[in-house]
Amino acid sequence: MVTIEINGQQVEAEQGQMLIEAADKAGIAIPRFCYHKNLSISASCRMCLVEVEKAPKPMPACATPVADGMVVNTQSTYALAAQKSVMEFLLINHPLDCPVCDQGGECDLQEFSIGYGDDKSRYAEIKRVVKDKNIGPLVATELTRCIHCTRCVRFGQEIAGMRELGATGRGDWMEIGTYISKSVDSELSGNIIDLCPVGALTSKVSRFTYRVWELASNDSISAHDCVGSNCNVQTKNGEIKRVIARENDAINDAWISDRDRYSFEGLQSDERLTTPMIKKEGKWAEASWDDALQFAVNGLKDIDDKTQIGAICSPSASTEEMYLLQKMMRGIGSNNIDHRLRQSDFSAQDQDPVFPGLGMSVADISAQQAVLVIGSNVRKEQPIMGHQLRQASLNGANISFVNPVDFDFNFNVAHAFTIAPSHIFKELKVLAKATLENSLSAAPGGLAALVSSVKVTDEHKQCITELSEADNSVVMLGTLIQAMPNYASIRMLASYIADATNSTLSYLSPGANTAGAYLSGLLPNRTHVSQATSTNTDGLNTQAMLNANLKAYLLYGIEAERDLDKPVQAVNALNNAQFVVSLSAFVTDAIKAHSDVILPVAAMTESSGTLINAAGSWQSFTAVSKAKGLSKPGWKVLRVMGNLFNIGGFDYQSSEDVINELKSEGQSETSKSSNQISWMCPENISAQTSDVQRIAELPIYNVDAVTRRATALQQTQDAQVDCARINSALAKKLKLEESQPVTAKQGDNTADVTISIDDRITDNCVYLPAGNVAASSLGGGFDAIELLSKS
Amino acid sequence: MANEVCFRTLHLDEPWTLESYLSVGGYQSLKKILTEKIPADDIIEQLKISALRGRGGAGFPTGLKWSFMPRQTEGQKYIVCNSDEGEPGTCKDRDILRYNPHQLIEGMAIAGYCIGADTGYNYIRGEFWEPYSRFDNALKEAREAGYLGDKLFGTDFNFELHSHLGGGAYVCGEETALLESIEGKKGQPRFKPPFPAGFGLYGKPTTINNTETLASVPVIVEKGGQWFLEHGKPDNGGTKIFAVSGNVKRPGNYEIDMGTPFSELLEMCGGMKDGYKLKAVIPGGSSSPVIPGDQMMDVTMDYDGIQAAGSMLGSGAVIILDDKVCMVNALARLSHFYQEESCGQCTPCREGTGWLSRIMHRIEHGHGKQEDLDLLDKVAGDIMGRTICALGEAASMPVKGFLKHYRDEFQYHIDHKKCMVGAGSK
Repeated sequence: MVTIEINGQQVEAEQGQMLIEAADKAGIAIPRFCYHKNLSISASCRMCLVEVEKAPKPMPACATPVADGMVVNTQSTYALAAQKSVMEFLLINHPLDCPVCDQGGECDLQEFSIGYGDDKSRYAEIKRVVKDKNIGPLVATELTRCIHCTRCVRFGQEIAGMRELGATGRGDWMEIGTYISKSVDSELSGNIIDLCPVGALTSKVSRFTYRVWELASNDSISAHDCVGSNCNVQTKNGEIKRVIARENDAINDAWISDRDRYSFEGLQSDERLTTPMIKKEGKWAEASWDDALQFAVNGLKDIDDKTQIGAICSPSASTEEMYLLQKMMRGIGSNNIDHRLRQSDFSAQDQDPVFPGLGMSVADISAQQAVLVIGSNVRKEQPIMGHQLRQASLNGANISFVNPVDFDFNFNVAHAFTIAPSHIFKELKVLAKATLENSLSAAPGGLAALVSSVKVTDEHKQCITELSEADNSVVMLGTLIQAMPNYASIRMLASYIADATNSTLSYLSPGANTAGAYLSGLLPNRTHVSQATSTNTDGLNTQAMLNANLKAYLLYGIEAERDLDKPVQAVNALNNAQFVVSLSAFVTDAIKAHSDVILPVAAMTESSGTLINAAGSWQSFTAVSKAKGLSKPGWKVLRVMGNLFNIGGFDYQSSEDVINELKSEGQSETSKSSNQISWMCPENISAQTSDVQRIAELPIYNVDAVTRRATALQQTQDAQVDCARINSALAKKLKLEESQPVTAKQGDNTADVTISIDDRITDNCVYLPAGNVAASSLGGGFDAIELLSKS
Repeated sequence: MANEVCFRTLHLDEPWTLESYLSVGGYQSLKKILTEKIPADDIIEQLKISALRGRGGAGFPTGLKWSFMPRQTEGQKYIVCNSDEGEPGTCKDRDILRYNPHQLIEGMAIAGYCIGADTGYNYIRGEFWEPYSRFDNALKEAREAGYLGDKLFGTDFNFELHSHLGGGAYVCGEETALLESIEGKKGQPRFKPPFPAGFGLYGKPTTINNTETLASVPVIVEKGGQWFLEHGKPDNGGTKIFAVSGNVKRPGNYEIDMGTPFSELLEMCGGMKDGYKLKAVIPGGSSSPVIPGDQMMDVTMDYDGIQAAGSMLGSGAVIILDDKVCMVNALARLSHFYQEESCGQCTPCREGTGWLSRIMHRIEHGHGKQEDLDLLDKVAGDIMGRTICALGEAASMPVKGFLKHYRDEFQYHIDHKKCMVGAGSK
């Protein structure tokens, strides 16, 4: 520590710290534009010039390291003269369009001009005008307003890992742009709006629809992946106008993904359900809440065998909703409760941890030195996890992947084992063998025999050595692997590798609240009070419920043809059921087709609740926007249903009552996941199939009903996934060409798609994502598939 | 005596060839250092005695600069030559590259030896096609003759040298912008600290010297620091090339002893062209403040002498302004240059150079206002000392200098909407 003096005040600072950081910490305000604590220092705006004793010139506080005994004045005549001259320079070419500028009211330039600007301009020349660029559907540019702080450029280079924006031209003709006209496609691109100190970069989605001072600012939690990014949802008259990042160094630093920022647009969709609806004699009619609730409850009561009722819930519902849903189901006598929508291998579900999580904080990922990710396009699945992995990589970590597609990552990949889904188990055997050869401990029972026939390459060895030599290392199971048919066996080997290399076994989980689902007992095989490994219930999982053609289903936040694996089969099961209750924020013809009653449930931001992220952080949020029409928060709907079923203990006054009950009966906030799995040697499955196999990633903007309806996100490059991707070898074998229309066929199910040739896809595989329109008429995500050219 | 150091091959037929250079004793200094294993400290000591100061414009003592390099620490280090000679009026480095490229190569090899660098880069101004190819040919000759490459003169010393042609930006003459440009990035100066001696090219310790500075080294090594010093004055050692332009009878490069009176230099140039009188001199490249002609006649051409007269020796570009030159027009042209060449990175320079240029353009074209004169001075002052690199100063100092000595001409332009001297009448 060193002591410096700022404006006569003694300030403690850390060695090597910049002056501006020390001042910020001491609460001494220094104006700045280019400086941002999460970005590199550029020292170019010169707004933070201060007087430093003995320095021959005013010094930029952002780039001047503190030194013991340094005497600084940020407000002396000398310092002010420098700051004011910089302000004047910044203003001479800045347009005076504050009244029509979206940044007006929260503009750093506007704000500092009050303190450092003059009320009259001495500049009488022509002002610079810069042509705007179209950089895609998310970010609007008004580059005449740009003050060249280059925060957006540095963000792209340093955080997003894509140098999409840069400064071209010299002098006052310098401008920000993409050089060659193109869109900015990073999954984190919207953060440049938060970073831009002026109105040069604004949100294309919400601009011109509000003035900043009209907005109510509400802290909230992002609900589209297991990160639980902290955000701030801003509303005007109860309607969401924008979502911006809220700083949390343990989770999302100062960033949120574009999905978290722009999904809210889906809430304004025409498909929002605004009133309860009942189907009587094949005809749909609007209904009162009382009638609809009674209708729903009566319909379920009519099923004598309550084990013929199954509840399937979105993994992105709030913990309160999940808890009440399972409590209600168990109360009426059914354990058929699940949230695992795309999982197909449940054989080891009793070995699942308390909740599948990271086993560390989100930010801890950036401190890992070696990471092996199995089955994940993490950058698009959980963009902030991707960001943390990138930070780890920049810190020198070796990050390796076992994946069916050679996905594009924005960091260096140490080893990419790109292999067809059916061969991933074998690949894990190879890695397990490399681990065994590297390990000093004896092989667990059966492992040596299991891996005896596989051959270890140097690359496998190196990957394992990196894991075992690192102080902090992690073996991470992605959502792709969790959806694969032999997930249990793969996980067993992954767990062994993690164990033997002293790495943490981590899970990236689907949806926003898989952890909440586990902890609240939204599972067929355990309740919220169960211990992780004991089976005390005997319900059906999602697949089994749909295979069993139950008499009644309750769908919570589910669009069956989009959200479930084997959608055709799932929809058939629903169509054939005697009674289907849908609790949903949206209504579509598809939902109407298989439901008997639809209850409008408020969307996440319209209700209070709690999300538990993959790190096990319980994050509660309040309702920030008006529920659409007559829709009600899910926990209230379930409360009434519980009471109508005459199940005791449903008299909650608030969502806090619900979460408090869960906390008092079940897992506490401090329960952290130990992901270790006790060894049981997996069966040796050999992948001897010549079938072409499908790879069904859930694309970034297809993850949930809200995101799918966010129109701007659907226009991005990342959303353009309506095609079947195959590599050139398979294209040659099947005699298919780029853009050729084909019929994709899985059993009796078919879909018309076009071919895209993409050599990142492994041999003999078709990348045909889940969750989109084409996929809804197809079968299992990792089942065999045929491509038939249309004559 | 003229042409004793950087131009010592100039009297020969094809002065740029290896043969010519060898005939004046070329590469003997390098050979002597390597084969006799002369300690780097001894060479640096001779440089300090010689009082060789940076010839690019800043005049920093070369021996001192070399001693900043962390020679003892392991790892890659670089020597970089700044041949991005862009200062208006300056053309001395161009002629070293054209007529004596081998001496620069030898100087860089010696520098590499002294600072512990086995690799050097010569960054050559984008427009210098002919000098670039001359220098590249010289590199080829030197490699073939064993003056570059591995195990020079049978010793353990390896040295490789690359040339790099710039893209045509004045600001790349700023040493850290030059480094960025070599690295393939946009040529923008870095904020300092860290300085190149600690964090230079590709983040490695790097010494950057001007072409003339490095080309002087072999002769200093050969003849000793004292010899070089005695060609100049204390603290202002050696000879210096002055690039004289303007309406003199024989404009061109003159390598003469430091401390020579300006009046003698003017005589060497044959004096003013017939019909022209000396009005003013910009003594050290366009960014140095202008000095009125009569005052200049008493000035000696060395760092201290010119500084005493209120300007700078700079790069040694002596721009002679005659009595037909309109000072408003001259400054408008200079201001336009700096507006064009500001890299745009930091606010005062990006915005200030454009502002200055626009005001000057107005005044020159008869749209000046009385308050413009104070405004010019104020804007120039607001840029100075507040920018990342010295381009801000370079743009401001001419404004301040012209206003100080020739305010009457500016006033005339404003009052009469035309030129006082007639030449630039608009």
